[in-house]
Amino acid sequence: MAEELLKVEGLRAGIDGKEILRGINLTVREGEVHAIMGPNGSGKSTLSGVLAGDPRFSVNSGKATFHGIDLLTLSPEDRSHEGLFLSFQYPVEIPGVTMVNFMRAAVNAKRKYFKEPPLSAGDFLKLMRQKRAIVELDNKLASRSVNEGFSGGEKKRNEIFQMAVLEPRLSILDETDSGLDIDALRIVAGGVNKLKTDKNATIVITHYQRLLDYIKPDFVHILYKGKIVYSGGPELALELEEKGYDWIKQQVDAE
Amino acid sequence: MSSLKQYIDLYNENKLVFDQSPYAISQLRNHAIDFLARYIQKPSKEHVAYPELATEYFFAPDYGLNINRMQFAVDIAASFKCDVPNISTLLAVVVNDTFRPTALLEKNLPQGVTVCSLAHIAKTKPEWTSKYLNVLADDSTAASALNTLLLQDGVVIHISKGVKLDKPIQIVNIFNSTAPLMASRRILVVAEEDSSAKVLICDHSQLRDVEYLSDEVIEIFAEKGSNIEIYDIEESTTTTRRIRQVFCRQEAESAFTMMANTLSGGISINDFHVSSIGDNTHTHLGGLVIGALKQIVENKVNLVHDSRHSTSDQLFKYALFEESRGAFGGKIIVAEGAEFTDASQSNRNLLASDNARMATAPQLEIYCDEVKCSHGATTGQLDERALFYMQTRGIPQEEAKLMLTQAFMADVIESISFDIIRERLRFLVEKRLCGASATCSTGECSGCKTSNVN
Amino acid sequence: MTDNINANVPQEDDDIIRDATSGEYKYGFTSDIDTDVIPAGLSEDVIRLISKKKGEPQWLLDFRLEAYKYWLTLEPPTWAHLNIPEIDFQAISYYAAPKKKNTPKSLDEVDPQLIDTFNRLGIPLEEQKIISGMAVDAVMDSVSVKTTHKEKLAELGIIFCSFSEAVKDYPDLVKKYLGKVVGYRDNFYAALNSAVFSDGSFVYIPKGVRCPMELSTYFRINSSGTGQFERTLIVADDDSYVSYLEGCTAPMRDENQLHAAIVEIIVEDRAEVKYSTVQNWYAGDAQGRGGIYNFVTKRGLCRGDFSKLSWTQVETGSAITWKYPSCILSGEGSTGEFYSVAVTNNYQQADTGTKMIHIGSNTKSTIVSKGISAGHSENSYRGLVKVVPSAKGVRNYTQCDSLLLSSTCGAHTFPEIEVGNPTAIVEHEATTSKISEQQIFYCNQRGIPTEEAVALIVNGYAKEVMNKLPMEFAVEAQKLLALTLENSVG
Repeated sequence: MAEELLKVEGLRAGIDGKEILRGINLTVREGEVHAIMGPNGSGKSTLSGVLAGDPRFSVNSGKATFHGIDLLTLSPEDRSHEGLFLSFQYPVEIPGVTMVNFMRAAVNAKRKYFKEPPLSAGDFLKLMRQKRAIVELDNKLASRSVNEGFSGGEKKRNEIFQMAVLEPRLSILDETDSGLDIDALRIVAGGVNKLKTDKNATIVITHYQRLLDYIKPDFVHILYKGKIVYSGGPELALELEEKGYDWIKQQVDAE
Repeated sequence: MSSLKQYIDLYNENKLVFDQSPYAISQLRNHAIDFLARYIQKPSKEHVAYPELATEYFFAPDYGLNINRMQFAVDIAASFKCDVPNISTLLAVVVNDTFRPTALLEKNLPQGVTVCSLAHIAKTKPEWTSKYLNVLADDSTAASALNTLLLQDGVVIHISKGVKLDKPIQIVNIFNSTAPLMASRRILVVAEEDSSAKVLICDHSQLRDVEYLSDEVIEIFAEKGSNIEIYDIEESTTTTRRIRQVFCRQEAESAFTMMANTLSGGISINDFHVSSIGDNTHTHLGGLVIGALKQIVENKVNLVHDSRHSTSDQLFKYALFEESRGAFGGKIIVAEGAEFTDASQSNRNLLASDNARMATAPQLEIYCDEVKCSHGATTGQLDERALFYMQTRGIPQEEAKLMLTQAFMADVIESISFDIIRERLRFLVEKRLCGASATCSTGECSGCKTSNVN
Repeated sequence: MTDNINANVPQEDDDIIRDATSGEYKYGFTSDIDTDVIPAGLSEDVIRLISKKKGEPQWLLDFRLEAYKYWLTLEPPTWAHLNIPEIDFQAISYYAAPKKKNTPKSLDEVDPQLIDTFNRLGIPLEEQKIISGMAVDAVMDSVSVKTTHKEKLAELGIIFCSFSEAVKDYPDLVKKYLGKVVGYRDNFYAALNSAVFSDGSFVYIPKGVRCPMELSTYFRINSSGTGQFERTLIVADDDSYVSYLEGCTAPMRDENQLHAAIVEIIVEDRAEVKYSTVQNWYAGDAQGRGGIYNFVTKRGLCRGDFSKLSWTQVETGSAITWKYPSCILSGEGSTGEFYSVAVTNNYQQADTGTKMIHIGSNTKSTIVSKGISAGHSENSYRGLVKVVPSAKGVRNYTQCDSLLLSSTCGAHTFPEIEVGNPTAIVEHEATTSKISEQQIFYCNQRGIPTEEAVALIVNGYAKEVMNKLPMEFAVEAQKLLALTLENSVG
C-alpha cells in the first residue's frame, strides 16, 4: 500500500468560539484523489483553512499528521514548504505586488528552507514559462499585481499555475470550480491532472459533482455538520448528484 | 519666554556681522524682525497634531549658528551615502547653509542655466535678486521669518526662457558640525517661460549624536509654460529636526511637481504653499514617509486654485513603525471664479506597530461651483488575508510584510515620471524598510547590510 | 401681531405640489399668547429668578450658578468656518413662558391659543388626533406646554416628561445624569445653556423595554427678543430601545434669535437610541436678514457594551448652524452613527458634523454627511474620528459629499482623523461637485422643469440619509429640502 501522506484524527476546530469541525477523521495516501463534498455550511472551507493554517480558525482538539510531521504546530509558510498547497476558493488580491516578485519570493523561500541557493533570474524565468503552459496562463499576467483585476477564470488558473511551480505533495482545491465556465473548468482540471503523479495526492473540495467529471476521485467523503458522515467510491458522488443533499441530511438528522 | 526670542537676541548681538550680507539679503531683515517681534507678542493660533510640532517646541533647544561663516571641513564622500547609480547630475552641495559648487557643476552647466550661491547672486545681481527673493515666502510664518532674519547664503537655480534641461540638478544638504547647529537654508528657483528642469534634493546629517536643525525655505517661480519637478529624499539622523517650507507660484500652463520622501530623521515638517494664478496649470504633490523609532513626520499642504481649468493631485503615504508618529494636513482652496478646477487628494497610512500614531486632517474649502474635488484618507494595517495567502505560498511572514509594505508604497513611487529617480527611490525604500523591520530575517535584501538606520 | 401668509394652510396631500412652488417659510407666523417674559439681561439675579420661577431645588441653582461663573470666563468660539456677528448677551431675555398658573393636567387647561399654534404647525396636541405611534412634548419658548401619551408610556415604566417635571418628580435620576455627558465646561454655549436653561424633555427607558412609539419634542420660539435654551436628557437603560424625534420652528422676524440647546444621551448595555432631527428654524430672508442662531451641543455616551447611538439630522433652517452631534463610544463593541443632510441657501451658514471618539475595543462608527449649498450660503462639514491607543479593532467609515448649486456659495470639508491603535481601520472619502447639468437636462428633456429636477436630484443625493428618518418625518423632510432650495438655480 502507498505511503500515508495526511492523517487527520478527531479534529475539532472553529471560528470565534463557534465549533464548526466536530471530529474529522481522514487518511490520504500518495497517489490518491479524495473528494470532499457537502452542503453549504458543512465545514468544507474550514477544513481546508485549518489544514493550511488560516489564523482565523482555532483548533480545539485532534491531530493532523503530514508525512510524519505534526502539521498543526507549523506556520503557514512551513506547511507550504513541507508540501501542502491550498488553492483558495477566493484567491486574495494583493495590489502592488507583481506576480513575478510574488512567485520569486515563494520559490526562493522554499529553496532556502531546504538549504538550496536562490534560483538565478534566468532559471526562474524559464521555470515560470514552463509552468505557465500547463494552465495556458497569459504571459502578461506576470507583470500584473497578484490576482488584481484578474477574471474569475484567470484567478483559478493562477492558483493551479502556482501549484505547478511549488510542486506540492498534497494539494487541497477549495471549490476550484466555483465561478468557472466550462472552458476554464476544462483547463483548470487539465492542469491538475497533468500535475498528478503516484507520489502526490489531491483533495478536491466541491459542492457539485461537475468538477469530478474532470478530476476523477478515488474516494468521496460527505461532510455534514462538521463530520464526515459517509465515505465511498466515485459512485457516491453520482448518487449525490441524483438524490441531492437532502437525502443525506434526512438520514443523518434522523439518527 | 518664547523660544524664538533667543534667535532674535542672537541676531541683535551679531547685527554687525549680519549687516555684512549683500544688501539684497540684509534689507529683508527689518520686516522679518518686526514680524517675529509681533509673533512673540501674540503668537498665531497653531493647531498641531503633536506638541513637538508646535513652533515653540520645535525651535526650543539652543542651537549654535555659524554666524561668522566659518568653513567646516567636510568629507563629502563619507557623508554622501546618497549614491545614485546610473545617474549623472549637476551636483551642488550645501554644507550647513553654505553653498559649495563642485568643479564638475560649473563645467557642465549648459547655456541658460544658473546654479550658484545666493550670496553671490545677491552681490552681483541685486536687482534680479530683489525681484524674487522672499517675494513668495514673505515672512508669512514664524519659521520663514526666522529664515529671512538669519539668512546668509543659499542656492539659486535659474532656468532661462525656453531652456529644457535634461540632466537633473542635485542639491545635497549636509549637516556637518561637532556642536549643535542650526542652519537657515534657502533655495530660490526661477523657471522662466517654457523652460523645464528636474531637481533632486537630498538631506543628510553627518554626525549621529549631534543635534541639528534645518530651517529651510524654498521659493519657486514657475513662469508661463514651465515645468518644474522637485524630488526630495531625506535621510537625516534621529537627532535632526527639519522644517522645509515650500512656496510656489504657478503661472498659466505651468506644471509643478514636488515629492517629499522622508526615509529617516528626528522631526520633519514639510509645509507646501502652492498657488495657481494662471489658467491650465497642473500641480502634483506627494510623498512617502517611512517612520521608525520616535520619528515625527508632518506634511502640510496649502494649495490655492485661483485660476481656471487647473488640475492638481496629491498622494501622500505613510508607513509608521515602532513609536513613530505621522501627521498630514492638506488644504485645498478653490477660490471664487476658479472654474473647471479638478483637484484630488489622497492620504493612505499604515500603522505597523502598537505605538505608532497617525493624525490626518484633509480639508476642502470651495467657493466655486464648476469644480470637481475629492479627498480620501485611510488609516489601517496590512491586509491579513493577503498576508496569509502569501504564507500559504511559503513566503515567511516577515518577508511577506515587507513585500506588502513595499507594495503599499508602490503607487507613490510609480507616480514619479523620472525613471532614474524612481528606481533610486524604490531601492532606498526597500533598504529603509529592511532597516525598519528589525526582525528582517532573510538577510537577502541588499539593504540590510548597508542600512544607515541606527 | 399679524399672521403671515401661508400660515394656516392645512397639510393635505394635494397641497404638496402647491407647497413646493411657494418657497416662503410657512411656519413664520407668530401667535398672540399671553407670555411671561423676564427683562433682557443676564446676571446671577436673573439666574436665581429663573430657578425660582421654576421652583427648583438648591442643587440645581448651584449647578446653574457654577456654570454661569465659568461662562463669564469664556469667549465665544471662533474656530468654525462661520461669520457670526457679535451677539449682545445682555440684550436677550432668558426666560419666556406662556402664562399659566400651574402645569396643565389635561388639555382643557391649556391655553386654546397655544393648542391652535401647535395645530397650525401640524402638531395636534389632542391625543386622539395625534399620528398613531408618536408621543409629543411641545416646548413653546422656554417651557414645555404639554406632553402627550404620558400615561400610556408610564405603564411600561417609561418616563417622558418636561425637564422641569423631571426635576420635581425624578430628582435623583436628573441629578445622576445631568451634565455627565455635556459638562458645563464643555464650551461657551454649553456653559450658557447650563446657566439659563429653562425646560426641555426628559426620557428614561427602563431595562429591557422597547419604547412602542416614537417620542417627539416639538420646539417653538414665539416671543421676540428672547433666546431658547432647552435641555434634553435621554437615558436608555440596559437592553432598551427608543426612537426620538425633534422638530423646531420659529416666527419670521428681522432680528436674530439665539437658540443654544444641549442634548445629552446615555446608552447602557445593549441599548439603542435613535435620535432624529428635522431642523427648520427660521433661516432669515433672501437678503440674510433675521433668522435663528442655532448653537447646539449634542452628545451621547455609549457607556454600555454593544450599545448603539444613531444621529440623523436634516438641517434646513437657521441663519447660522453650529452643531456637532457626537458619540463617545466607551462600551466595548458599541456603535455610533451620524447621518446628516445640511442644506443652506441665500445667506445661511452651517458648520456641522460629528465627533466619534472610540474608547472601547471593537467599536464601530459610520458617518454619512451630505452638504448642499446654494445662493450665497456657506456650508461646512467638520468632524473628528479619534481612536485612543487602548481601543482595539476599531472601524470607521466616513463619507462626506458636497453638492454645489451656485457659483457664489461655499462648500467646505474639515475632517480630522487621529488613529492611536494599529488595529483600527479608518476610512474617509469626500467629494465636492456641482449638480450635474447632464442630469438636469435629462429631466428637462423628459418634461420635468429645472426647479423640480433639482429637487428630484437633491432628494436622490440625500436619500441615503433620508432613509434613516422615521416615515412621518421623511416625507416632511423631503418637502423641506425642496422648499429650502426654491429659486436656488439660476
